[in-house]
Amino acid sequence: MTGLLIIPPLTALLALLCWRRPALQAWSGLAGTVALAMAAVGLLVAVNHGGVQVLHVGGWIAPQGIALVADPLAAALCVVAAVVGIAAVLAARADHDDQAKHPAWQPLVQLLLWGVCGAFTTGDLFNLFVWFEVMLMASFTLLALGGGRERLEGAVKYVAINLVGSALFLSGCGILYGLCGTLNMADLARVIAAAGTGPGIQAALGCLLAAFLLKSAAFPLFAWLPASYHTASPATAALFSALLTKVGVYAVLRLTVTIAPLNGTPLAPVLGVVALATMAVGVLGAATQMELRRILAFHIVSQVGYMLLGIAMGSALALAATAFYLIHHILVKSALFLAVGVAAARGGGEDVRGLGGLRHAPWLYAGFLVGAASLAGIPPLSGFFAKLAVVRAAVEAQAFVALAVALGVGFLTLYSMIKIHREVFAKPGRDGDAAPAPRPGDRWSVGAVLLLAAGTVAIGVLAGPLWAWCLETGAGLVERRPYLDAVLGGAP
Amino acid sequence: MTWLLALLTAVLVGAGVWLVLQRRVLHLVLGIGLLGHGANLLVFAAGGLSSAPAFAPGGTPLPGAADPLPQALILTAIVIGFGATAFLLALAWRAWRELGDDDLPRWTGSEPPLEDDHQEPKP
Repeated sequence: MTGLLIIPPLTALLALLCWRRPALQAWSGLAGTVALAMAAVGLLVAVNHGGVQVLHVGGWIAPQGIALVADPLAAALCVVAAVVGIAAVLAARADHDDQAKHPAWQPLVQLLLWGVCGAFTTGDLFNLFVWFEVMLMASFTLLALGGGRERLEGAVKYVAINLVGSALFLSGCGILYGLCGTLNMADLARVIAAAGTGPGIQAALGCLLAAFLLKSAAFPLFAWLPASYHTASPATAALFSALLTKVGVYAVLRLTVTIAPLNGTPLAPVLGVVALATMAVGVLGAATQMELRRILAFHIVSQVGYMLLGIAMGSALALAATAFYLIHHILVKSALFLAVGVAAARGGGEDVRGLGGLRHAPWLYAGFLVGAASLAGIPPLSGFFAKLAVVRAAVEAQAFVALAVALGVGFLTLYSMIKIHREVFAKPGRDGDAAPAPRPGDRWSVGAVLLLAAGTVAIGVLAGPLWAWCLETGAGLVERRPYLDAVLGGAP
Repeated sequence: MTWLLALLTAVLVGAGVWLVLQRRVLHLVLGIGLLGHGANLLVFAAGGLSSAPAFAPGGTPLPGAADPLPQALILTAIVIGFGATAFLLALAWRAWRELGDDDLPRWTGSEPPLEDDHQEPKP
């Protein structure tokens, strides 16, 4: 776990030292991200063999000190985040946008990954606030790098809404500390279980839930996402789309599963309705868009709804579905963002109606097809099993409205993917039926797309073992004992 | 004292929300600053309001002393909030220079288009 949180800042420092040497900087960024992935895999193996791993920072025992906690879900998400980091760093080599060529890009990406891994592994609510801010400051700067009219506008909106969210988060922390006298997640869970959820605690939970839902782009606080993500360069957008909203979803999960189970509180049905509205609004928004990355940005919103639905249902099966969905979605979404980034660069525009002929670019076509089919939930790719898991959980919970919405949104997702496929790949381009000429360095981006596509195929092929692992993880999340005992059990 | 702090928090948050909902970009920045201060004050109040010193000589805490932890927390939050607000201010300034307009409802270049026929493929 130490490696996980030390490698990114060191890599960022190294990349800063190579400010004037772009080639060296790119290689050091790649090496650092690969090292991060190895550290994350090491952590995952340790968690799978030895149970929940806890690091009491500075030797101060929780709940007084800050504990870093890696349970199976946190460790797995760190691995996937690092893989996406590798893909983004690879794709940045081909990025024709000035953003990814800026000397600050590599250090900022490392700081972003640092914040993301920290947010996944922290066991303390205020520490989570700090990691969120680390991640957000890096993302603010990344989004605004390079400047330009659209990008600055999008960045102002993105920063403003996120700072409002941070104020809400902080207020929730303050109220919760005033009532419970602790901010350690495991200790909070113990105190709240003993004292019950009174009106004060519910107010605090409401503040925190609103802040996390805002950051995961849930209905009705999602409008900032399609107004800002598409302005970033493809490599940046791939990182954002894969990681930022998912950290929000993970925080919702920690809050409503680990800290204070929602069952029986008035917040539980609210979360369910929010999840369904998020799914429906996101996919309908995507159906009306004609620009590649705007379509995909709306699909992030809709997919976040599936994950929230799993959390809202709250059973072990539903949480297993959310875990599976998180892992699947991080890989697929970044693959699609990178693929359409290449398509837009080659075709010379984002509007699907002006593109075409890219079916003659076989590798890009293959990468896009795998990602799109997986997002739409076509077997045997990862998205099919992720949706199947959510649907099974809905049937088990007898939530038939949720079931209907989940299936309908799946069909509309397929519609959007067919739209992109038909317009960008299948139909002839403006210069007759030939692919626009590849641009130098495109093979790096396509390589990154194929890396992520291979990930989603692997999840589809290994769905059995992975699903068994997810079920175990979901049961552990609901039961909470392993987590609480590991944190509060005493000295390391 | 509690009532005074509660009232002050309410005023800060209220003024912050009002400013955030204005059209000018500078109002937005100031409003977000005030919202942050309101949240900080709330955390401060959560630690208890007492003039007794938190750390007593000899290591025995005095009865009725305020909890020092929230004060440490808001120190962190103030620093983060300062950095974030400064960044937002710089960003808003750049955007204002680029757009030549500080009226937020007219900043629609990055929004999803409302009607299909308004967009055309970019060169």
